[in-house]
Amino acid sequence: MATPASDRKLMAIQVDPTNKPYFDAASEGRLMIGLCKDTNKHFFYPRGCSPFTLSPNVELVEAKGTGTIYSFTVMRTKEPFSVAYVELDEGPRLFTNIVDCDLDSLKIGQKVRVVFKPTQEGSPPATMFTPV
Amino acid sequence: MSIKGKGYIVGAYEHPTRLATDKSVSQLHAEVAWGALQDAGLTKDDIDGYICAGDAPGLGPLNIADYLGFTKLRFIDSTDVGGSSYLLHVAHAIQAIALGRASCVLITLAGRPASEAMATGTAPRTWGVNVPDDPFEMVYGRTVANAYAMVAMRHMYEYGTTSEQLAWIKVAASHHAQHNPHAKMRKVVTVEDVVNSPMISDPLHRLDCCVITDGGGALIVASPEIARSLKRPLVKVIGAGEATKNQAGGYIDLTYSGARQSGARAFEEAGVKPSDIKYASIYDSFTITVLCQLEDLGFCEKGQGGRFVSDGNLISGVGKLPFNTDGGGLCSNHPANRGGITKVIEAVRQARGEAHPAVQVKDHGLVLAHGTGGLLGTRHGSATLIMERE
Repeated sequence: MATPASDRKLMAIQVDPTNKPYFDAASEGRLMIGLCKDTNKHFFYPRGCSPFTLSPNVELVEAKGTGTIYSFTVMRTKEPFSVAYVELDEGPRLFTNIVDCDLDSLKIGQKVRVVFKPTQEGSPPATMFTPV
Repeated sequence: MSIKGKGYIVGAYEHPTRLATDKSVSQLHAEVAWGALQDAGLTKDDIDGYICAGDAPGLGPLNIADYLGFTKLRFIDSTDVGGSSYLLHVAHAIQAIALGRASCVLITLAGRPASEAMATGTAPRTWGVNVPDDPFEMVYGRTVANAYAMVAMRHMYEYGTTSEQLAWIKVAASHHAQHNPHAKMRKVVTVEDVVNSPMISDPLHRLDCCVITDGGGALIVASPEIARSLKRPLVKVIGAGEATKNQAGGYIDLTYSGARQSGARAFEEAGVKPSDIKYASIYDSFTITVLCQLEDLGFCEKGQGGRFVSDGNLISGVGKLPFNTDGGGLCSNHPANRGGITKVIEAVRQARGEAHPAVQVKDHGLVLAHGTGGLLGTRHGSATLIMERE
């Protein structure tokens, strides 16, 4: 039995002055992640301080956009959809949706790549993933 | 400095309602406060400290203290870490008492999500504006149910935990709820009932979820001198721990909860170990919540929770660790979508020997209550209390 992922209507994303560069890049089809320049460790979600040291010595860097499913669930609502944590190849795990797939075939450890899905007029796209 | 022995729980009251269409949230706060005063044998003027959390409307200690008529409070707190708040409040109250800043502290919780037809677990929820993680999570349909479901999915992947094992937790709660006339769900259910109930968010079924109820509860924490002057059984707090757990910059590990830290801190302060505990109130927003916390508190090895809860091991009179003998959040009550205060209330009933006779634990000298607030799968508060019947 297959359950195709629905194309649900997505809510607008609240952009603020600090997260704006991340969402501007997403609008251009690029996935950005934080880099703590003191520890050389990547982090997510991006922010203006390092979650490892609290230092402001951080920058936004482009990720490869590939990773694996760390965990997931399928919401069995009228329009079923999958919520997941994807572990990026750079290390951080991010909260996302797995789309354009059969929801009943998803597995932990499965390889995925980033896709950007439109939300609302004037709002940046959502960062989602699809099986490779 | 330790809080061990510095404070006693002298009043505990759970509102009997589960659907309060005819009452305001503030009125429910007043009714549980009154109930706790009656239980303790105290009057309003004995209270010199007040604590509430985010369920209290307005600026809690301002608006609700006003409604309750408190004009001479000398200690207030409104730490809000969701459903775990009220366990941590007990510890904060005792800290204040130990410092001489209060002698008798009231804690209240109340809410009416059932009357307000709130889709507690399956509709996106947030806790205010400017929340930094919301832009990275809300658009993906984050709900309470799916944030806990991912914890269950990972636990199954790493340790081979099964839906049938999780179901045993609901089965145990239902065995207890049948004796509670106020429980929302009093029907005894089987493992088959749970795994055959509709799937909400894989692998959690409808019966893996807690009930949605109106109501509330209150606690009164007092100094040893006041406690000894009252006519109630003495329930002394001997250990407490609190912790938060979050995504840690994207390196979240879903296999454990903050109970690992808060539990260890509480056991260290109390000077006891998990095998000494005769009754445990364990936060039960979902079956997986219980499983994770039992492991993290040290009642069994990490990954062995599924085996530990099976075959009725949590049922009073049957298993080794009777839990949530009121029916818990899974079957009885989860007022205001926050089950922390009812966890403490049932632990106090057990320590006093005042639980329902069908579920009362015989050797009830040492009890534990533990709460998780927020979302196990993203960021949560964790609070543990260990209490001793004196």
